[in-house]
Amino acid sequence: MTERPEIRIEMRSNPLYLSGAREMVAAVARRLLFTDEACGQIALAVDEALCNVIRHGYGREADHPIWISLIPVGGVAKPGASENPTQALKIVIEDEARQVDPATIRSRKLEDVRPGGLGVHIIRAVMDEVTYERREGRGMRLIMIKKRVEPEEGHSGEPR
Amino acid sequence: MANPGEAGPTIRTERVEGGVVVRPSGDVDLNVSPSLRQALKQVLQGRPERLVVDLSGVPYMDSSGVATLVEAMQIARKSGTRMALCSLQERVRSIFEIARLETVFAIYATPEEALRA
Repeated sequence: MTERPEIRIEMRSNPLYLSGAREMVAAVARRLLFTDEACGQIALAVDEALCNVIRHGYGREADHPIWISLIPVGGVAKPGASENPTQALKIVIEDEARQVDPATIRSRKLEDVRPGGLGVHIIRAVMDEVTYERREGRGMRLIMIKKRVEPEEGHSGEPR
Repeated sequence: MANPGEAGPTIRTERVEGGVVVRPSGDVDLNVSPSLRQALKQVLQGRPERLVVDLSGVPYMDSSGVATLVEAMQIARKSGTRMALCSLQERVRSIFEIARLETVFAIYATPEEALRA
């Protein structure tokens, strides 16, 4: 990862913290003037990505590190500015779990109705770009990008 | 002080004429879905005629919650229980649509409708 993230947090691989992590990311996306629908999709993608690390990467062991980095693409508006330069939000999820060939990370066929295996499909469905790669040394890195679209007429674009 | 792992969502089970209604409340994610799974399995062991999962109190669900419901549906089918979902909030409905499961489940607007169907 070459860009310097605006926000980078470290959490343990404990499902207890999923709600805090997804709510933090959604709250930042709201401040960057993503629509409510996009904020919900970003929160869902982050949740699914963290779940995959916890379940498949760390085998549900709760005491391993996961890093979440947020990089607003195009920058962020200065206080009081009328223009919002943020074009997209790049979210990077990194872990120290076992490395796998990124080409093998695929969503399953949806016709096969069974529990599990939906996370990758959901991430790809709601984000604009999704890339898995091996980290240098150990662990995996997931890079997700959600492009920002201007809210439609009637939608509150005010930061909350 | 409450154990933080136990704080938050609750799952209520109500026996009604013709079946059982299970009402989880709060976000259903990987932290909560094991409790929902346990509750649903326990209900299904009793082989009720109908099982209705009322999701009116669930503002958010991830794929672990969906997987839990898919597993329960498969158990229900094998054991002759008619399982249905009702009162899905918009964000929860959208995950069923993304997973293309909205046609796999019987989904109703209210628990009463689900119990009558």
